[in-house]
Amino acid sequence: MARGLADLLRLGPRRAEAPPAAAGGDPDAGAFHSKGFARFLTALSGREAPVIVDLGPVVGSNVTFYGERLGCKLFVEDLFTDLERFAKSERLEELPEHLSTRLTHADGSVDAILCWDLFDYLPRSAAHALARALVRVLKPGGALFGLFGTLSLETAHQTRFIIVDDGRLRHRTYPSAPSRRQVFQNRDIQKMFDGLTVSDSFLLKTNTREILLRKP
Amino acid sequence: MWKRDEAVKPTGVDTTPTSAQPPVPAPRPAPGREEARTALGRDTVNIGKSVVIKGELNGSEDLTIEGQVEGKIELRQHALTIGPNGKIKAQIFAKSVIVLGEVHGNVTATEKVDIRDNGSVDGDIAAPRVAIAEGAHFRGSIDMQRAGARAGDGRADAKSESKPDAKPAAAVAPAVQH
Repeated sequence: MARGLADLLRLGPRRAEAPPAAAGGDPDAGAFHSKGFARFLTALSGREAPVIVDLGPVVGSNVTFYGERLGCKLFVEDLFTDLERFAKSERLEELPEHLSTRLTHADGSVDAILCWDLFDYLPRSAAHALARALVRVLKPGGALFGLFGTLSLETAHQTRFIIVDDGRLRHRTYPSAPSRRQVFQNRDIQKMFDGLTVSDSFLLKTNTREILLRKP
Repeated sequence: MWKRDEAVKPTGVDTTPTSAQPPVPAPRPAPGREEARTALGRDTVNIGKSVVIKGELNGSEDLTIEGQVEGKIELRQHALTIGPNGKIKAQIFAKSVIVLGEVHGNVTATEKVDIRDNGSVDGDIAAPRVAIAEGAHFRGSIDMQRAGARAGDGRADAKSESKPDAKPAAAVAPAVQH
């Protein structure tokens, strides 16, 4: 009898498996509040069909967000891939020249730039070359959003930022060539982005600084 | 008593290959194509993976491409699916575009562009809605400006020369030209 019951239980309907997580998983899992990103969106709110340059890897849900929230023209310029390529081929000394000519946008043609934490991974000379190029392509009144760490450490991963909503981000790491994260002091950032002014700066609990720069 | 032939009697659809039709091998449908067909809820015209087209492709039906196309594809009022085996080097104009294969060229859709897992697009996209799956490859720009904004956008940028004209669909060519 007991065996029969066991058989019935075994043959009965199986417990429904948990549905597979949507692409990217639960959008609230690991999300953190980002005042800097919220201010970045506010800076764009008055602009009709803004032109945005995203320097991070392409993230599908972010693209959808930009389209629905901003109705923008988006340029995906994944500079992390460029960095990875130069690092793997041990040609990092050529990176500054590459980055200074990498962006082909006309001067003053871009409303907003998302740098994420790219600058943490760039050698200083490359960071300065890229910053000059970004200042050049940004429109007057345009905004640039970046995250800057406060700890210098060896790392073998990079971070992909996923937009949860207007005020929240989530990050996911993925493996990369080993590199040393740079720490830029606030004054270094101001010097590097000569021509822009720091509009907002927030220190997160993770000791990461969110900085929003604007072009006067 | 049992008439074996009845089981294979034609039921109105002629499946016999004719001399006019080349004996295109009938590959097992790829999962992505079946998925796309199901999603659309209607049959589509298929271009098999052994077919290579160079030139202009116009159509007034939904189309799935598993082969290679170089040139220009216009399905202004219809859906285009690039199957997992599809390799496109062309400018694309369609109502909606689903990419499971490879596209090199600019893509303009009046409704949506959907790059699925393992799909790849190297080129500029212009569409009000764009979806890019995890694992998809994309390199280029995405113009998601709303229709009114796009019409009034006189902005010149470095990539505008390569971007296809995003005017709305007007005339549709009568049939697929092979």
